Amino acid sequence: MQVTNEMINNLAHLSRLNFNEEQTQSIKADLEKMIAFVEQLNEVNTTGVEPLLHMGDAVNVLREDEIKGSINRNEALLNASDTDGVFFKVPKVIKK
Amino acid sequence: MSGKYEAVIGLEVHAQLQTLSKLFCGDSTTFGAEPNTHVSAITLGHPGTLPKTNKLAIEYAIKMGIACNCEIELHNYFARKNYFYPDLPKGYQISQHTTPICKNGYITITTSVEEKNILLNRIHLEEDAGKSIHDIYEDATCVDLNRAGTPLIEIVTEPCLQNSDEAYQYLTELRKLVRWIEICDGNMEEGSLRCDANISIRLKGEKKLGTRVEVKNLNSIRNVKKAIDFEIERMINVVESGGTITQQTKSFDTATDTTFAIRDKEEANDYRYFADPDLAPFHLTENFIQQIQSSLPALPQQLIKSLQEKYLLSEYDAKQLCDDKVTVNYFFATASENKNYKAIANWLIGPIKQYLNDEGTSFENIFLQPKILAALIQIIDEGKINFSVAATKLLPVLMKENIEPLVLAESLNLIQVSNVADIDIWVNEVITAMPDKVAEYKKGKKGLIGLFVGEVKKRSKGKADPKLVTTLLEEKLK
Repeated sequence: MQVTNEMINNLAHLSRLNFNEEQTQSIKADLEKMIAFVEQLNEVNTTGVEPLLHMGDAVNVLREDEIKGSINRNEALLNASDTDGVFFKVPKVIKK
Repeated sequence: MSGKYEAVIGLEVHAQLQTLSKLFCGDSTTFGAEPNTHVSAITLGHPGTLPKTNKLAIEYAIKMGIACNCEIELHNYFARKNYFYPDLPKGYQISQHTTPICKNGYITITTSVEEKNILLNRIHLEEDAGKSIHDIYEDATCVDLNRAGTPLIEIVTEPCLQNSDEAYQYLTELRKLVRWIEICDGNMEEGSLRCDANISIRLKGEKKLGTRVEVKNLNSIRNVKKAIDFEIERMINVVESGGTITQQTKSFDTATDTTFAIRDKEEANDYRYFADPDLAPFHLTENFIQQIQSSLPALPQQLIKSLQEKYLLSEYDAKQLCDDKVTVNYFFATASENKNYKAIANWLIGPIKQYLNDEGTSFENIFLQPKILAALIQIIDEGKINFSVAATKLLPVLMKENIEPLVLAESLNLIQVSNVADIDIWVNEVITAMPDKVAEYKKGKKGLIGLFVGEVKKRSKGKADPKLVTTLLEEKLK
C-alpha cells in the first residue's frame, strides 16, 4: 500500500504527535515496510471465514456488582504530571 | 413552524445505570463523592490492568431492551472508540460499536394529537468519561475521574420525531420507564440522564434529510424542548433568507434559551474502532433473557390497559395513576380493600396528590395506609360523611395519624346528618332567612338552589347530607 504524506499527517493529528519533514519521511518508510509485511496475509483465502476478534476462547468473564479494589486519592495522583492534591491538572481545554 | 417546512429530530439519551460499581471495575458509582476517590488502576487507565464486565449492567441493559420491545443481541463484545480528551484516561472509550446489545424496538408516546411509536435504532452499553472542571484555575483544567467508567446505556432513536412536543413526551416516557424498571434514577440535574438532539429541517415532501445540527448535553426535558424550538426557528430563518445551514455541534445556553456553536466545522471523526482485546466477549442465552423478562414488573402501557379493562377507569385516570409505579401500586393495594375503583382513583389523583405536592413530598413517602383510604371511601359510600368534608377535614389528619376514619369523624363531630327531621329545621331556617332569593327562585332562577344548599351546609357545619338537602329544598320551593 502506498503511504502518502497526507496519511502520515492525519495519523499524527489523531495521535497528537508532531513530525518535521525528515521524521515524516522516516515514519513513512517504516510504515510502508510494516504494512507490506502484514499484507502477506492477503495471500490467504479467507472467503467464508469469520473475522477473529479475540485471541482466546474465553467468553462471559463477568463480575458481580460489588464495590472493591479502589485506591485512595494520594495513590491515584502519584503519577499525575500535575496536580493540586485533589484534581489532575491539565492544560486549559476550553477558552471561556 | 412555517407550513412549508418539517423538522426531523433524532435523540440520543445517555442513562447512567444504577449499579453499585462501575462497568469494568469495582469502584463505587455514587454521585457527589470527593474528587478522585472512586478510582482504581483500571479507572485511571494504568497499563497492565485487566477490566472485567459487571454482570448487573448487562442485565439492566437487557431489561431496558425488553421494556422497549427490542431484539436482544446474543453475541456481544466491546470495542474501543479512540479519541483524546483529558477526562478519558485510557485514550479510548469502551463502547459497543458493531453489536449493540439491543436493536430496533420502540417507545409509545401520547401527544396532544395522536398515539405514536418512537422507533429506536439501538441501545448499547458503554462507559462514562470523567469530569473536566474549567473554572477553578485560570490556566488549567481540573479532572475528576470518579465518574470515569460508570456504566451507561445509550438509547438512540431513528430520526423520526417531528417536533419538540414529541421529543418532550418521548423523554418523559423514557424517564418514567427507566425509573419504573429501576435501572436508572432518572435524575437529570445530577446527569443520570443526558440528552443530545440532532435537528434538521426540510421542505415538506422532501425525502432527503437536511444538514443537521447536534445540540449536546441537554440536562432537562424542558431544555430539550426549548433547544429544538429555537433551532427549528433559526434554521427556517436561515433558509428563508437565502442562507445555507452548516453542520454544527452546539450547546444550549439556559440563561437566554438559545444555542451556540461549540464546534463549527465537523471534523471527519475517525475513532478507529476495534474489538477490545482485554475484554472477553459475552454471549447471552434465550433462557437468560427469559429469566430477566420474567423479573420485570408490569409496564405502564400494560397497566394502563388493564386499569381501563378490569377496573373500568377512564383512559385519563389510568394514565395519571401510571405516572409512577408507587402510585399505581398504591391504587392496587387500596383496590384490594375497596371495590369503588373510581373513587380510589379520584382520591389518589385529586386530594391526596394535591396534599403530597403541597407538602413537597410524593407517594414514595406517604404515611396514609391503603386500608385507611379504603375505609374512608367506605364511610362516604355509606353516607356517614360527604366527600368534601372528608377531603378538607379528615384527610389532613389521616395523612399524619394512624386512626380509623369513622372514629376520627365521630370525634370531630362530622358524621353526616341524614334524617329528614334534623335537616328540615336547617332548610326551613334558610328559606325564612332569604325571602328575596326564594322569590327569585320561584320566578324561575333555578340556579339559586346551589346558594340554598350552601347556606344549609354552613348552618349544619357541613354535616347535612347534600343530596337530601337538595331534595328537601326542591320539594319545599315548588
